[in-house]
Amino acid sequence: MPENLFKINAKEYILPGTRACQGCGLSLAYRYALKALRENTIVTLPACCLCVLHGIYPSTPVMIPALNNSFASTAASASGLVAGLQAMNRTDITVMAIAGDGGTFDMGIQALSGAAERGTDFIYVCYDNEGYMNTGTQRSSATPMGALTTTTPIATKQQHKKDFLKIMEAHDIAYLATASPSYPIDLYDKFVKAKKIKGTRYIHLYIPCPPGWAYSPKDTVKMGRLAVETGIAPLFEIENGKFRFTGRSKSMAERGNRLPVINYLEKQGRFKKMNIEQLQQVQHWVDGKWQEYQRRSQE
Amino acid sequence: MSNVQIMTGNQAAAIGAKLSSVQVIAAYPITPQSQLAEILSQYIEGGELKAEYVRVEGEHSALTVCISASTVGARVFTATSANGLLYMHEQLHWAAGSRLPIVMCCVNRGVGAPWTIFNDQQDSISQRDTGWIQIYCRNNQEILDTVIQAYRIAEEVYAPVMVCYDGFVLSHTMMPVAIPDPELVKDFLPPYQAHTILSPEDPRTLNAVLFPWRRANSEGVLCDGYMEMRYKLQAALERSPAVIEETSRRFAEVFGRDHGGLSWGYRMEDAELVMTGMGSIASEAMQAADMLRDEGIKAGVVGIRVFRPFPAKTLKEAFRGAKGIVIFEKGISYGYEGALCSDLKAAFYGSENQAPAHNYIAGLGGRDVKARELADAARASWMEMQTGIVEKPTTWLNCYTG
Amino acid sequence: MTTKKDDSISAMCTVAIGEAGKTGDWRSLRPVINHAKCIPSVKKKSACFLCWLYCPEGVVKATVPVEIDLDYCKGCGVCAEECPAKAITMVREGEDHE
Ligand SMILES: Cc1ncc(C[n+]2csc(CCOP(=O)(O)OP(=O)(O)O)c2C)c(N)n1
Ligand code: SF4
Ligand code: SF4
Ligand code: SF4
Ligand SMILES: [Mg+2]
Repeated sequence: MPENLFKINAKEYILPGTRACQGCGLSLAYRYALKALRENTIVTLPACCLCVLHGIYPSTPVMIPALNNSFASTAASASGLVAGLQAMNRTDITVMAIAGDGGTFDMGIQALSGAAERGTDFIYVCYDNEGYMNTGTQRSSATPMGALTTTTPIATKQQHKKDFLKIMEAHDIAYLATASPSYPIDLYDKFVKAKKIKGTRYIHLYIPCPPGWAYSPKDTVKMGRLAVETGIAPLFEIENGKFRFTGRSKSMAERGNRLPVINYLEKQGRFKKMNIEQLQQVQHWVDGKWQEYQRRSQE
Repeated sequence: MSNVQIMTGNQAAAIGAKLSSVQVIAAYPITPQSQLAEILSQYIEGGELKAEYVRVEGEHSALTVCISASTVGARVFTATSANGLLYMHEQLHWAAGSRLPIVMCCVNRGVGAPWTIFNDQQDSISQRDTGWIQIYCRNNQEILDTVIQAYRIAEEVYAPVMVCYDGFVLSHTMMPVAIPDPELVKDFLPPYQAHTILSPEDPRTLNAVLFPWRRANSEGVLCDGYMEMRYKLQAALERSPAVIEETSRRFAEVFGRDHGGLSWGYRMEDAELVMTGMGSIASEAMQAADMLRDEGIKAGVVGIRVFRPFPAKTLKEAFRGAKGIVIFEKGISYGYEGALCSDLKAAFYGSENQAPAHNYIAGLGGRDVKARELADAARASWMEMQTGIVEKPTTWLNCYTG
Repeated sequence: MTTKKDDSISAMCTVAIGEAGKTGDWRSLRPVINHAKCIPSVKKKSACFLCWLYCPEGVVKATVPVEIDLDYCKGCGVCAEECPAKAITMVREGEDHE
């Protein structure tokens, strides 16, 4: 067993037999997030795929206490948990709010911005599968240009993905990181680190989703890897304003071996109607972001 | 021994929350509630109250904070008005459905559009069906006392309580208020005991999806479906009138003040013409009753303190001798009549009491309504009732309807 | 703070295995490990375990030999894709392999 696998908490916090789809990238990411945070954690989550994974009454597969709240309320719910635990003198507990891209980029943005501005002592996780999957793969502001969704069913999405990381960084929070289930150790390390930091911590998870993206479930890890290798989902962390590439993205930045986005896009049914201009625009968009990150990593 | 001070309704509410030893407060300013949010901030920053104050970015979040803090065992408080309350709507249901004993003050104000900052009760009336207990206060003393009572009621039946009082009319009007002895309050209101608590010691998931049907747990025990779970909330509210009355009685024993449990009466001994309403308009009606009595009309008032659960049984009793009923309301169910009027008439359905009932919509958006005008309206109805006018369209009082 | 225990008045879920049932039933393809190729079996020690690392369901046991809980394995095929030794084959359910 490779040395770095040994350090991972061997305990599983999600009992098997969940409602998540075959090959769900969220299941994989959540598995490592909970391993990293361990028992002394309370989770709060809105309506989304994770809510379904958390089970139907009277059972849950998740061995960490969790509070389902309404769609727009995730970060406020975390603020309530933090305040309540403080009032009850339970400051040893980590509060994690976790929501989808819809519950973060769109409806949850107000509560999240408020909680971050208040410096609420919690970890906020956005798991970004780039659409409203729970309600049937509708467009969200995290959906990338050129993707077919059930609300962009013919013409594809016309706009680029919202740069939510910039929005979160503008809140001057204590810690910001991106991670991918295709790199579980990098993901795990970031959660372990986040747990130790005080204040608002934001972790963005790029989540491959077989039914939503229209690819075979067996390719979930591959799809996540391609997202990273094309620069679409760069892995990094920002602490005290200092940007740092991590893992695969770090070696890519050093070696300059970034793959063209087409390698990733062509493998997903959701991009099958994408036209050549859109492809160029996406490549251009990714290039621009990557260069900006690269510049910052050298500062 | 009694410590009487002159204060506004908002101050009274803040003192009520402080005496109830609330542990988490989250509020967002809106006229006429703002002063209450400010006073509580002052208590906390000044060290008078040991509590967490979350200065949220909106009312949806204010109530969310209360909900989540309550699930880990904290006693919580919030307050709002008008559009703030409407903005909470989704979470009002969430709070009640989670069976959390949250107490909130609704400082009643008319809702937009068009904007008004002034008083009516359209805000809380339109949240009638969210599973909250609603208590309407008629003076500042009652506000303070009701906040304390509200925690005892909420924590007994595990349902949230909205303490409603009229904006400006009470919130910003100075009145003498006796401040209860904190030690006595501690006895009256023991620390909050949650029914279930979220904690790592017993990891569970709260508020999951429910099926339409019942489902067995891992031990094979059949557990509720969505409908059973909802029925339990209804059952809790059906049980609450007895708890509200008992709380009121016990409060009177300890503090010597009885605001009435579900309703109160004024000059009702031999009253034939009974005026009714909620909050300050009902207390205004007391003066109107005096005026009508001076004219020789046997008038009285039933003040309805609790709107949800609707105290149908108590009210049937309270209106037993009525020969004519006049209902004054600061809100309307658009396209029909005042919601209180509908509920009251429904309560009498099939009973012996078939007294005619006339409905007046009054004081919307702060439109002035004086005791004299209530008396005039009630007298006019009384005359009409004598001539056999049983049914009458809802009348908008002091309104140039053209 | 104490609790008046009444679990049933709100939707409080307790932890259970197989919340969605035996999800092994979802499978059309079953992962079969060839232990002659599987690195931990070949080396007779803890090694590789990438199938354990990447299984979204957490149903692979990082033991020597590696085991898969077929009661709950959803048959996604991620483990077979990621196995560096090509030791896992996805076999159609109901058909014998070899
Ligand atoms: C106020 C409100 N509006 C709409 C919905 C319906 N709804 C439930 S989940 C969801 C989309 C979730 O998308 P996302 O947050 O990206 O999570 P995912 O399902 O993709 O995991 C929507 C629109 C809701 N629950 N509440
Ligand atoms: S739709 Fe996608 S994210 Fe949701 S459970 Fe299925 S695979 Fe996971
Ligand atoms: S990934 Fe393949 S080689 Fe490695 S442990 Fe699993 S089955 Fe064996
Ligand atoms: S097929 Fe999928 S669920 Fe089954 S063991 Fe392999 S990775 Fe896990
Ligand atoms: Mg999504």
